[in-house]
Amino acid sequence: MTGAPLKLTGLTKRYGSSTVVDGVDLTLEAGKCHGLLGPNGAGKTTTLRLALGLIEADAGRVEMLGYAMPGQAGLARARVGVVPQMDSLDPDFSVSENLLAYGRYFGLGRSEVEARVPGLLEFAGLAGKGDALVPTLSGGMKRRLTLARALINDPDLIILDEPTTGLDPQARHLVWQGLRRLIGRGKTLLLTTHFMDEAERLCDTISIIDKGRIIAQGSPRALIRQHIEPHVIEVYGDALDGWQVCARDLCQRCENAGETLFCYTTDPEPAIVELDRQPELRYLHRPANLEDVFLKITGRDLRD
Amino acid sequence: MKPGMKGMSWFPVWHRNYLVWKKLAVPSILGNLADPLLYMLGLGFGLGQFLGKVDGVSYLHFLAAGSLAYSVMNSATFETLYSSFSRMHVQKTWDAILNTPLTLNDVLMGEWLWAATKSLLSGLAILVVIWALGLYDDFWLTLWLLPVILVTGLCFAGLGLTVNSVAPNYDFFMYYFTLAITPMVLLSGVFYPTSALPAWLAALSAALPLTHAIDLARPLVLGRLPDAVLMHGAVLLAYGLAGYAVGLVLTRRRLLR
Repeated sequence: MTGAPLKLTGLTKRYGSSTVVDGVDLTLEAGKCHGLLGPNGAGKTTTLRLALGLIEADAGRVEMLGYAMPGQAGLARARVGVVPQMDSLDPDFSVSENLLAYGRYFGLGRSEVEARVPGLLEFAGLAGKGDALVPTLSGGMKRRLTLARALINDPDLIILDEPTTGLDPQARHLVWQGLRRLIGRGKTLLLTTHFMDEAERLCDTISIIDKGRIIAQGSPRALIRQHIEPHVIEVYGDALDGWQVCARDLCQRCENAGETLFCYTTDPEPAIVELDRQPELRYLHRPANLEDVFLKITGRDLRD
Repeated sequence: MKPGMKGMSWFPVWHRNYLVWKKLAVPSILGNLADPLLYMLGLGFGLGQFLGKVDGVSYLHFLAAGSLAYSVMNSATFETLYSSFSRMHVQKTWDAILNTPLTLNDVLMGEWLWAATKSLLSGLAILVVIWALGLYDDFWLTLWLLPVILVTGLCFAGLGLTVNSVAPNYDFFMYYFTLAITPMVLLSGVFYPTSALPAWLAALSAALPLTHAIDLARPLVLGRLPDAVLMHGAVLLAYGLAGYAVGLVLTRRRLLR
């Protein structure tokens, strides 16, 4: 395939007076995992729906796998797999029947789909579960089945809307393993997530979107380097007020969030030496991560 | 999409519904059959004792055609209201399908034709009862009931898709039943000839689709060819197509915006 698997140019969508997606430019590189991060209501899902040609943009262009959307949506979607945010498995069907039914929507023949089912069940860690009914599956199994279902047409591009929301750590790790294997096979992934550790682990590049605009873009490491000092010390305790003055001298940047003081610094040693002398304060020293970037540039306010 | 599938792209949607139905076929058929059959046999044998002849035949014989149309209407309506709503709103089946190359038109066409198929089975079940009880004059004429059943099913499935497209929840469907379906059952000649209605109610009755279905079905059960076949058929199809078209526009507005 030549060209980008997905190219969004000046993409804009308005509902009434509010602009939900506001001039988004995004180009995915083939064979990489791209993350779309943003607070609730930032426009992530709308961007995905525009990309898939499910809704029409008010301005801008979408090109998916070389097809112009939404005009050639059918042709493009034949080569795309989608893992939606909400569970949409068929509860009346068994695991295998879900895959067979989904394959038919792509116009795939029965023998073709049947040949793919064992491999997909294996991939999803559902081998031997083919005859299980969907309501008997755990949340993690349902999610993995949804992922397997999205692969029934052997897609080039896979779009995942919050693939691990609501899963326990074991189930999340299993999904991550699966996604890494897909990237290893040369698939292109576009995923939205609220979990910064998920994005940091999986994504080659990240776009942070807020109020419909992309406000930062780059690899996780580059974003951290660019926006945040490398060390973070979180300080908690009753004597926090007294410590604040001191902290502002010892660290480049401090941020007060409720009962916690976040101290950002290139050299943590002086602050740690000082903190060790104050037993009434507890602290956590860690490297800066993507969540620090995210909170710095989208703010700490709740969005719901 | 494979070449050669053009015009049939709704089929996987129909097929999906068929496969689910197959798992629950017996209770589904019994459920659809029980209500109209109880009315037909209960009123026919019970009330029929007091009525003597209606339209020149026993009351049970008279009720047969109305019960058949009522059964078809019920089946198509329940399918496109409760079942389609479950698939659209609760199970998100339609959303899942819309992520594939299929379009909303494919989804609704599959749902429409599936509901018509199910109502065909319901009508057929009543027809078997009609045959078994000998409630017909001319067996060959009763075979013409099959296209009548099909068109009636398409009519009420189309209307149901419109109702479905604006429903916020299951409770909403009660309005359709109390404001449209029940008056239709009482005014369209299921239980008595519409000629018994006062003029103003007869005029209302003539606008209701179920009246046209019964105007086609009753003569066929009673051994006559119906009058104005094309007009009745056209009215039923027009209701069905209009319902489908409005349902498509409103569902698009609901799901794809």
